[in-house]
Amino acid sequence: MNFDFSDDAKALGDQAKKLFADKAGTAAARKAMAKDAPAFDAALWAEIAALGWTAARVPEAHGGLGMTAEESCMLADAAGGALACVPLVSSLLATEALLIAGNEAQQAKYFPGIADGSCIAVAAWSEPGAANPQALAVKAEGGKLHGVKAPVADLPGAHLAIVAAAGADGPSLWLVDLSAAKVDTLETLDLVRRHGRLTLDGVAAEPLGSAADYQLWLDRAAVILAYEAIGTATAAMTMTVEYAKTRVAFGQTIGRYQGVKHKCADMYIKIELARAHALHGIAMIGSNGAELRQAAAAARVASLEAASFCGEEAVQLHGGIGFTWESDCQFYYRRARTLSAALGGRGWWADRLVRALELRNRAAA
Amino acid sequence: MDFNDTPAEADYRATARAWLEENAAEYREPPATPWKLDEFIARSKAWQAKKFAAGYTGITWPKAFGGQGLGPMQSIIYGQEEGRFHAPSGLYSIGLGMCIPTVFTHGSPEVAARYVPKALVGDEVWCQLFSEPAAGSDLAGIRTKAVKDGDDWIIDGQKVWTSFAHASDYGIVVCRTDPSKPKHKGLTMFIVDMKAPGMEVRGIKQMSGGSDFNEVFFNNVRVPDAWRLGAEGDGWKVALTTLMHERLAVGGKPRHAPGYATLMKLAKGVEAPNGGPAIEAGDVRQRIAQSYINDEGIKLTQLRALSALSKGQMPGPEQSISKVVVAKTMQEMAAFALDLAGGDGFVTEGTDPELEKLQGSYLWSAGLRIAGGTDEILRNIIAERVLGLPGDLRPDKDKPFNAAA
Repeated sequence: MNFDFSDDAKALGDQAKKLFADKAGTAAARKAMAKDAPAFDAALWAEIAALGWTAARVPEAHGGLGMTAEESCMLADAAGGALACVPLVSSLLATEALLIAGNEAQQAKYFPGIADGSCIAVAAWSEPGAANPQALAVKAEGGKLHGVKAPVADLPGAHLAIVAAAGADGPSLWLVDLSAAKVDTLETLDLVRRHGRLTLDGVAAEPLGSAADYQLWLDRAAVILAYEAIGTATAAMTMTVEYAKTRVAFGQTIGRYQGVKHKCADMYIKIELARAHALHGIAMIGSNGAELRQAAAAARVASLEAASFCGEEAVQLHGGIGFTWESDCQFYYRRARTLSAALGGRGWWADRLVRALELRNRAAA
Repeated sequence: MDFNDTPAEADYRATARAWLEENAAEYREPPATPWKLDEFIARSKAWQAKKFAAGYTGITWPKAFGGQGLGPMQSIIYGQEEGRFHAPSGLYSIGLGMCIPTVFTHGSPEVAARYVPKALVGDEVWCQLFSEPAAGSDLAGIRTKAVKDGDDWIIDGQKVWTSFAHASDYGIVVCRTDPSKPKHKGLTMFIVDMKAPGMEVRGIKQMSGGSDFNEVFFNNVRVPDAWRLGAEGDGWKVALTTLMHERLAVGGKPRHAPGYATLMKLAKGVEAPNGGPAIEAGDVRQRIAQSYINDEGIKLTQLRALSALSKGQMPGPEQSISKVVVAKTMQEMAAFALDLAGGDGFVTEGTDPELEKLQGSYLWSAGLRIAGGTDEILRNIIAERVLGLPGDLRPDKDKPFNAAA
């Protein structure tokens, strides 16, 4: 039995954590909050592209390194932990869509640019009024898309969007060249990661795979995003635990009080439950396993729960200082909402999980 | 990643499975009515002797003590395979899981030679006498005393929550031998003969109605110094060896306890408050998802440990979340399911067997949240040992035991 990341994936994860510890983190996130700050850290993006992270999951035939989803997840974990101001997770999600659903020509056209970092690709499913990735109003007519996609993470500054749109067999994915589309920045609760509104008024789009491909992409994206959430939750927990070791109240460090330490333990419990399901998800991606649907949904629900809980209790355990603008707690608190908005919230994914269990039970009966 | 056995593990599993198919056939189904205590003990002893003869006992123990000298994976694989049957289990889990490893780690060679083989073959049953009325979570607050008398010790006091004391031949007992020392320092561990004069075992009736535990009273019970385990005053250190084994033993969801699948089945047949089957109601689906996430999350976390063991590594600290998640999830899920069933979930006469199981689970989970480390103590352990937070203030820690408030 081998239920763990490969040594290669772990090594890449360690490398990413180390670089982000130097060049990302909360100090960089605070700079990115400024109204006139650039959409992302272009120097850091160039550096990670040079290190091959954007190429990690791209097939070798298209200028990539041909690595597995394990590497993508390790990168998402590191990016989430450091709140890294680069469109890395968006790029990983778009890469996964092209891998699943892209035909040879589409892969040949887009992968080299994604691999070398010159093409920033993002995923756009959310739209005004849509509460989940299944209920979409944006439609394709004669190879053109009509409607609005918002909020779209990392859209400002991006070149290519993987757009989800309603179709006859259910929603599916489309490729949109953003040079021909209308992109506006959109203010959100997250002051660090830029989001945008994509207005599609008959913009030309290429279909990307089938409705079934879209469902598979949702599952894989949920696993990658679970690792981002686990990274963020872990960072919030670590910051809080360190604070509890040094802050003194009533003559002792607050970490001695069970009211404080038990909340820290609950952070750890929620993170480890999420990690167990996310790891199951990766194992199922790697083996094309039938349990991917349930594993991905469980990872999504558990990781959002961990990120929300850790973000909320981080503020609470820091006390008054945690509620100030100057405290770093707000990054994690706000990011929990970003993560939820990134692919539909806990309720929808919990329902998807139970639906997967029902299907499995029916198949077994 | 893969969930497959290594070739060596697969061989071991195949051999064990074949042996069980041949020897555990009568236990393929659970007993139609639960065994009475006498029959349970008789069947347990016969089954243990069979396993001993085939080399499926003491799998990880050194060969010098009658064990097989194999790794934890073999022990786990055998456990998984035996778990497919309903052979009598439990009578030896504390004795062989916790007491005897303490005996061969800390007892003299003569003591080990006398007791280990008979325990392993199942002739002698052992129990663990640690908890007391005033020493539960604060286990080092033990008051049962042992006083030296020539080459013997005289033990007086009371233990509680002792599993299978009524069926045991021997036990290991932690006693206070020097009350003038701080509480962790003045303790010593002994072997005790459960049938010795002055021993009295009384069953405890639990709130669940069953009697799985006992109170044990010591009235001038005489124990030879040769039965001491570890040095005088080292009882706490010795007890930690035993408890380390307990944490491994008390872990996942009890076998056959109801889980998310039970809730799904129940919710199909019950109407939701706003009409339609409960299984279609959003809050019910959220609960099913949460139960799945907790139960399966612990199973997957245990697979992470197996993966590490299989590669010859130590399991990570995440294993410490197991019991605290499992026990509370059992309780919450059972309460939610019984609520969902309305009055039927409350009535205990002529109850549907699934609901009866849920009622049992609701009652039993209250005890499970306390046994083998309360939810609160387990959270302390995670916070202190895994996250590195400071320990609680313990005003009595360095004071002589008999001077502490």
